Amino acid sequence: MHMADALLSPVVGTTLWAGTAAVSGYASRKLKREIDDRTIPLMGVLGAFIFAAQMVNFTIPGTGSSGHLGGGMTLAILLGPHAAFLVMASVLTVQALFFADGGLLALGCNIWNLGVYPCYLVYPFIYRPLVGGSKKPGRILFASVASVVLALQLGAFSVVMETLLSGKSELPFGAFVLMMQPIHLAIGIVEGFVTAGVINYVRSARPEILESLAVSRPMGADVSLKKVMMTFAVLAVITGGALSWFASTHPDGLEWSIEKITGKAELPEQEHGIAPALKTIQEKTAFLPDYNFRMGTDFKSVPKKEEAAPSWPGIDAGTSTAGIIGAAIVLGMIMLIGMGIRFFRRRESR
Amino acid sequence: MTFDEKYFDIGRLDRLSYGETFMHRLDPRAKVIGTMLFLLTVISFPKYEIAALVPFLLYPALLVAVGEIPVRFIVKKMIVVSPFAIFIGIFNPILDTRTAAVIYGVSVSAGWVSFLSILMKFALTISAALLLIATTSFSGVCHALRRLGVPALFVSQLLFLYRYLFVLMEETMRIIRAREMRSFGKRGTGLRVFARLIGILFLRTVDRAERVYYAMLSRGFQGDMPSLKRSRMVLPDLAFLSVMIASLWVFRFFPVTDGIGRIAQGLLR
Repeated sequence: MHMADALLSPVVGTTLWAGTAAVSGYASRKLKREIDDRTIPLMGVLGAFIFAAQMVNFTIPGTGSSGHLGGGMTLAILLGPHAAFLVMASVLTVQALFFADGGLLALGCNIWNLGVYPCYLVYPFIYRPLVGGSKKPGRILFASVASVVLALQLGAFSVVMETLLSGKSELPFGAFVLMMQPIHLAIGIVEGFVTAGVINYVRSARPEILESLAVSRPMGADVSLKKVMMTFAVLAVITGGALSWFASTHPDGLEWSIEKITGKAELPEQEHGIAPALKTIQEKTAFLPDYNFRMGTDFKSVPKKEEAAPSWPGIDAGTSTAGIIGAAIVLGMIMLIGMGIRFFRRRESR
Repeated sequence: MTFDEKYFDIGRLDRLSYGETFMHRLDPRAKVIGTMLFLLTVISFPKYEIAALVPFLLYPALLVAVGEIPVRFIVKKMIVVSPFAIFIGIFNPILDTRTAAVIYGVSVSAGWVSFLSILMKFALTISAALLLIATTSFSGVCHALRRLGVPALFVSQLLFLYRYLFVLMEETMRIIRAREMRSFGKRGTGLRVFARLIGILFLRTVDRAERVYYAMLSRGFQGDMPSLKRSRMVLPDLAFLSVMIASLWVFRFFPVTDGIGRIAQGLLR
């Protein structure tokens, strides 16, 4: 459920990057005050642990397919929210760089979806109250399953929102939600059991490790509800601001089709995100502002183009034929350049 | 992919970054900034744009050629992560059936256009990210991030993670082999055993972290990880960045592909 770059618009991507950067800064500052040097290597090695653990497969009961650990909730329980958040963020960063899981712009979204929810919402407000200092395995199991399910539901819902707000996918909201939430409900239940299993195992095998980690870890109690609410309110305002800007530059369906019929819109493909802002720069800088020269008009498909135009005026056939020819030529040139460099390099090294 | 394959895969990408080419020698900061600008520009194109995205392939192509990176390896890694983008994108042709263009008598629906656009953006963004690591090395990227203002704590976290990734993966590999030796078919791969395995791995990790800490302490660790490598932006770095910005600007705001196509049409006639 990693968000992908290709489905993102710049506004959504940078907004979530900003949100994630703010939370990372907060977590770093909190941690610096509360930890000793010892925790730094511990966190780093635990990041590698999560990474390695995610590569181990297990069989999901009843289905025969295999799954792997997500790990956000496990870390939050074992390390506390701040350290867990930074470890998750680092794991996702390495995954984005080495496996290109998601991508670098979507990294903000992914850290938000898989790090912020388990560490800063679910752990302090669901898991801790549910467990309440109890050491009974049954209680821990119940709390873990509930927490992981909730965290994954929030994450999955965010993937839906991020995709829809970016406007690159045609999926309607309802169908998308119906597709994402049940899958992640199943995953959440399984992962909840695994999380509880790990916590209970560590507690029974080496209780002193949990105790010693607990000394250096900031507890949920000092994360006050008020502060968290304030942070989320501020983030909501920022997000809302950015999104309303986005929404206002994105005419709704009705408006858009009216524009089409009356033929007022000049360049309707420029409706997304920062594109309008870029467009004004473009208009100031471009020496060929309206580049649809009438060169390809006597082309074969022109009459059909006239038919197609009212239903979908974003691309007209003249532009698209030129586009295809141009694309083929550019592609050929790029391949020639690449192969040329390779060829000369090999000759040199020989 | 089996565990061993994943393990060797990371190692291979890491080894690629030891290369000694122009691309490898550029300052990591220049490459990090350049890559981010590249990604933002690619993503800023509207939903139905394909042709204007083609010139951007020049950047990964140049990185591959100059950086002497094997194309197959990168393409294979891209295919491995493609399912999510394809899975979400494939609904576009199904749901958006308005005719976008008629090319030589074949009508193309708007959904296919936007799906192709998603695939194109996917290829560009993923290859740019992979090639950044392949030409820069992970620690290079980390030190660049440090100097670009990312909190020191987070950067040392990344460096530690990376340093111990290989150690812990070998540990995990041994655990998995032991599990495979003792389990026949699907037996022993269930949830209960898995939770135990992860628990054991966690305990070993904590013990290892303790030893690592003492070892570092005896070598003068004070909570920071300095780098001895040169890091000054010199002429090639600045040249790289300015060429990058200039070409991104041209490819974003001028219809390069279209123009070439029209000139070719004019010549053919």
